[in-house]
Amino acid sequence: MSQSPPDFQGYACPVPFPPGDRVVLGHGSGGRLSRDLLTRLVLPALGSAAPRHLDDSAVLQFGGELLAFTTDSHVVSPLFFPGGNIGRLAVCGTVNDLAMVGARPIALTAGFVLEEGLDFGELGRILESMAEAAREAGVYIAAGDTKVVQRGSADKLFINTSGVGSVAPGQAVSGAGAKPGDVVLLSGPIGDHGIAVLSAREDLGFETDLASDVAPLNHLVRAMREAGPVNALRDPTRGGLATALKEIADQSGVSIELHEKAIPVRPAVRAACELMGFDPLHVANEGKLVACVPAEAYERVLQAMRATRYGEEACRIGEVGQGPPGRVTLRTAIGGTRLIDMLAGEMLPRIC
Amino acid sequence: MKYIDEYRDRESVQRLLGALRSSVTRHWTLMEICGGQTHAFLRFGLDALLPPEIELVHGPGCPVCVTPVEQIDRAVAIAGGAEVIFTSFGDMLRVPGTRSDLFAVRARGGDVRVVYSPLDAVKLAQDHPDRQVVFFAIGFETTAPANAMAAIAARARGVRNFSMLVSQVCVPPAMEAILASPRNRVQAFLAAGHVCAVMGYWQYHPIAARFHVPMAVTGFEPVDLLRGMQAVVNQLEAGQAKVENAYSRVVSEAGNRHAQEAMAKVFEPCDRQWRGIGMIPLSGLRLQPQFADLDAEARFDVGHLAARESSLCIAGEVLMGHKKPTDCPAFGRECTPTSPLGAPMVSAEGTCAAYFRYQRPQE
Repeated sequence: MSQSPPDFQGYACPVPFPPGDRVVLGHGSGGRLSRDLLTRLVLPALGSAAPRHLDDSAVLQFGGELLAFTTDSHVVSPLFFPGGNIGRLAVCGTVNDLAMVGARPIALTAGFVLEEGLDFGELGRILESMAEAAREAGVYIAAGDTKVVQRGSADKLFINTSGVGSVAPGQAVSGAGAKPGDVVLLSGPIGDHGIAVLSAREDLGFETDLASDVAPLNHLVRAMREAGPVNALRDPTRGGLATALKEIADQSGVSIELHEKAIPVRPAVRAACELMGFDPLHVANEGKLVACVPAEAYERVLQAMRATRYGEEACRIGEVGQGPPGRVTLRTAIGGTRLIDMLAGEMLPRIC
Repeated sequence: MKYIDEYRDRESVQRLLGALRSSVTRHWTLMEICGGQTHAFLRFGLDALLPPEIELVHGPGCPVCVTPVEQIDRAVAIAGGAEVIFTSFGDMLRVPGTRSDLFAVRARGGDVRVVYSPLDAVKLAQDHPDRQVVFFAIGFETTAPANAMAAIAARARGVRNFSMLVSQVCVPPAMEAILASPRNRVQAFLAAGHVCAVMGYWQYHPIAARFHVPMAVTGFEPVDLLRGMQAVVNQLEAGQAKVENAYSRVVSEAGNRHAQEAMAKVFEPCDRQWRGIGMIPLSGLRLQPQFADLDAEARFDVGHLAARESSLCIAGEVLMGHKKPTDCPAFGRECTPTSPLGAPMVSAEGTCAAYFRYQRPQE
């Protein structure tokens, strides 16, 4: 690496590049552009009506109770993919957002935007999946709404789900609680959902028997909390594990070091990522969580995770440190070190 | 995973690093040609493990980085046409032109689509006979054969609504331009393995001899990169300058004859502007006269384009190996992957993007 000082000779004043004046797909990637959209447009415009914390769910004081509240829209294409469909995704996504703040999910609402011409059979199968996922998570769908738009005004079906959950006193978790010395735990292999959805897109033409990991994680979170303290929680959905950990490091003001060899990635996901030039750390998951747990408790928490259905392959992937706040690094398999950052823009179109 | 794990094996890497350390006696400046190699160095953290005597400078081998801004402006102009479906490899969509990029064209209602194979663009043209499908044929010798196949397929299938906006470039003339620059610091090349898989390395012998510069055809995994470095360091230390093949599991001296034939059938050499570097004689490829009817530049009259670069961007200096991304005052400030000033900050193979992603100093 050259350490020579920058040579400023011959530089002119910067010409500002014209800022983009429209939404681009990358604004929905869950990475840096999504955050820019929130912090530069949405939050300032909402002013005093804007949320004060950006976690997976808001936690509201409601009388003497703490109530978690969240909403999520689902626009995945195609509607059906190996391992799930938009219905299961819509229920699990909101259940998991509630679980990630330490809430016990209680009830969801479901809003449907249907495109004229949608097949009743497809819609029926999607609704069955929603019912099944709700039963599994132990929530009920308390209210709903349907709208139909002209053919071409939507892509078959969009689903919004909102959810409420109760948070026991002193049990709220966020992305801001990670402490130096914590151990970073991951509930299983990463990237299954993103690659499974990608494989279902006809324009790519690769085949795999990989299935999406889409699953409700509230029972896993409960088992972890019963086994020991959990300082920070996130589900690495859009933007992947890298984005989730970068958010935890930023919010908690800590550094995180990961061990590449310890991060499980299935061979099919690795192969697809090698082929398409993706980093598995940026590929979406819908049934995984990452947690920061005090070192003295991590073995108990890990055992509890492995005893649950969606945590069987849980493992330790890194540590929280006292380095520069917000810095996430990866110790590579060959012994080098590199920086981990959020996904910058668009990677995969509409994966959730 | 076979062909991956054994080339990322920690012990093999450490052994090769030890050998490299014991064979290097003085400072050497090496250039890896290909952006894929640059990314591999940084992604694996390999650059920081190298002996301090070895300095890496990063080459121009990023296809979207060197595509001239005027061609991007032309792509933006063509893609805005109501009858057009503009197709491109994904990386190209975010490369800034003078005023806009292709993503912004799509956001304004243009029909811009990512394809993973140029043949998909031909199929798209067959599926939409009422539309004009344009494919942005960019890249080095790695993309040229498949892009040539698209032209051959379009001709064979009689597809009349398909055309190509061609901005193909070739590696050897760029290597000569770098070596001939009065400010050149490069003492040896790690030649681009994938380009050589297509072209072989018979073209490189005269360059190595003329400039007395050793070269090794080099792959993209840590073990491959170290083997290539060991080959050129051995030569440098011994005062030799020949072309070696350190990527023989993929590359042969003659290369892929079928691919070369397809290229020669469709394309012919031409002078080409390289973004940030300038005109390099006979460094590009354009359509042969018998394929001229597929030329999107002739099919779409977009009028005069006043192409302009950001004056802050030092992409040319970076692509020539004169400077590092971190030498640029805009790096990580005005210029980031979400608002790039120059193409090397955009592409998965861009040097600045690699530094930003894996190595930038913390804010």
